[in-house]
Amino acid sequence: MGQAYAGMNRRDVLKTLGTVGALAALGHRPAAAADKLVVGVIYVGPRDDYGYNQAQAQAAAAIKKLPGVMVVEQEKVPETTDVQKTMGSMIEQDGATLLFPTSFGYFDPHILRMAEKYPKVRFAHCGGLWTEGKHPKNAGSYFGYIDECQYLNGVVAGHASKSKKLGFIAAKPIPQVLRNINAFTLGARSVDSKITTQLIVTGDWSLPIKEAEAANSLIDQGVDVITCHVDSPKVIVETAERRGIYVCGYHANQATLAPKGYLTGAEWAWLTPYTTHVQDAQAGKPMVNFLRGGLKEGFVKTSAYGPAVAEPARKKADAVKASMMKGDFVIFKGPIKDNTGKTVIDTGVAQKQTDVVLEQMNYLVEGVIGKV
Amino acid sequence: MTRLQLRHAAEALAIPVGALLAAMVVFGLFMAALRQSPLEVYTLIYRGGFASAFAWQNTLARAAPLVLTALCVALPAQAGLMVIGGEGALVLGGLAAAVAGHQLAVAGAGPLAMKTMMAAAAMLIGAAWIVLAGALRHYRGVNETISSLLLTYIGIAVFNQLVEGPLRDPASLNKPSTTPIGEANMLGHLPGLDVHWGLGFGVIVCLVLYVVVRHTTFGFALRIVGGNARAARLAGLPVGRLILLACALGGAGAGLAGMVEVAAVHGNANASLIAGYGYGGILVAFIARQNPIAIVPVAVLVGGIAASGGMLQRRLDLPDATVLVLQGVAFMLILASEALYGRLKIFRPARA
Repeated sequence: MGQAYAGMNRRDVLKTLGTVGALAALGHRPAAAADKLVVGVIYVGPRDDYGYNQAQAQAAAAIKKLPGVMVVEQEKVPETTDVQKTMGSMIEQDGATLLFPTSFGYFDPHILRMAEKYPKVRFAHCGGLWTEGKHPKNAGSYFGYIDECQYLNGVVAGHASKSKKLGFIAAKPIPQVLRNINAFTLGARSVDSKITTQLIVTGDWSLPIKEAEAANSLIDQGVDVITCHVDSPKVIVETAERRGIYVCGYHANQATLAPKGYLTGAEWAWLTPYTTHVQDAQAGKPMVNFLRGGLKEGFVKTSAYGPAVAEPARKKADAVKASMMKGDFVIFKGPIKDNTGKTVIDTGVAQKQTDVVLEQMNYLVEGVIGKV
Repeated sequence: MTRLQLRHAAEALAIPVGALLAAMVVFGLFMAALRQSPLEVYTLIYRGGFASAFAWQNTLARAAPLVLTALCVALPAQAGLMVIGGEGALVLGGLAAAVAGHQLAVAGAGPLAMKTMMAAAAMLIGAAWIVLAGALRHYRGVNETISSLLLTYIGIAVFNQLVEGPLRDPASLNKPSTTPIGEANMLGHLPGLDVHWGLGFGVIVCLVLYVVVRHTTFGFALRIVGGNARAARLAGLPVGRLILLACALGGAGAGLAGMVEVAAVHGNANASLIAGYGYGGILVAFIARQNPIAIVPVAVLVGGIAASGGMLQRRLDLPDATVLVLQGVAFMLILASEALYGRLKIFRPARA
């Protein structure tokens, strides 16, 4: 208390106490002006986590500046009845009519329940879970093909690595994560087919201590470029920098955490789907239930190259990126073998980003050291 | 009621309420230091947690799981044990309920029989889990606070292993879960409220356990063990059995909380069950001074603070940690105010 108060002098206190009286007369601060679209954004973790939540919060901060939009935010909301009540509060107490409950686990049963209860409110969920015919029309999914950026991470990492050993720290061996691990490895091996990716699965989305241990253990094994798929890459990026190896970011830009070793990163660009939903709601148009895209559509982006990225790496990555932007690059193109030697994609088969087979991925490609 | 009893009741009410008011003042100063108007903050806390029917339901829904998990601390505490491993009992109880529910759904059991069996399975597993900590203490002399905490880590690891491995519903691609128990078999809401039956169960169990602890010979024996285990043994009480039973009752409470989460909220067992309700219960039990009946109002208070915290975040753009400051200040002062019992003149009987 004493410290918190230290910056304040007597005049400030008096001023504050004075405004108390004024505010009492005015009543509480109104939640919303009647003509504004109130947008509620809910995060499962802290908004400044350098990761999943920060990527969403950046989009929320940007739509705040749009005319006629008011944003209310709540962080650290668990995937229990708490999130149902938080959605309810935003609707009942703040007048929100468009919600972005961003955590993957919010969808079933929480968003589905609330969408049924409040048919006039729009629920835009991050992930790919909305299904035509099964889920309500006032709910929807938005998601990005971030494996494109992980492929580019791989290309850059492949050039930077001297030991030819890369490391990947993953939360859970689920299809979405496997797709990133595989894309990263395919990208790296397009540079040099001797490269391997050592995989460590921590078991949960946010386990900073385990993530730091995993990073240290990978570095001790001779890994010299690391990337990850966990909620907050912060400690992994910091550990890599401290130990003097390279790192590729994920979710948001972590360059400030590793000014020397940060190569590039796979980032979400959520402003694109956020803007679509806000504009549709303002215009009274029906909600687009299924919003998806990659680099080309502006749903994902790459971090600017760090100082350690040499010219050949930039050239190669930029060329692949240009091809992705044109829409004619396919990451999962046969022949692809898994790391047990089994062929998982036959020669001549190209699984494009929209291919639903990719969403059931249950293998690790050749070159990944680890098990599903 | 005699005058003395009245004085005691007044004292038991006035001291925590006074501490709460003091906490509000301290928190108001803290807010003022952050350039927020304390009055507006108070108004928002009231509106967020208590001002409307919606706010009350928000508060009660958040309180519901804490009532049951608090019992996992308060019951063993009667026998002198500090068990803080309710989270493990909750997740494993929830898993047991989900598995039992799915098996019974396959076997074609009716909804009522099914819910009963789910609750029984959850309570059994929850009880067994906390009994482990009690047994380690009684037979091996292992500190139960540490062992129950460590058991929670093991419990969560086992839970994740099973949910992501052998018990995983193959249809749950990106969120590993057990097979759903089916919408028709879900536990509904309390009549007229948007709050699930977990709150009802919690209140009933607290009432029953209050009577058991305060007004039965079993409860008396339990409290003797808690007061002085050696004296209890000399008096011929079966100390070991009483300790294990207290642990079993507490664990059953946390297990039931897990069943409610599965049956009323998620419909299956998945990682969202690991939400920290077991730890929230520790706080509630301590503030309630391990008294089963005081758990209910304390849980409502904690639920209300959580509900208001959302309002503070949304209206004033304050971080989530703000409400933790309020909670921390309130509970430190309530605990500190315990020193005032028997010391305030107005609650002391006039000398004869």
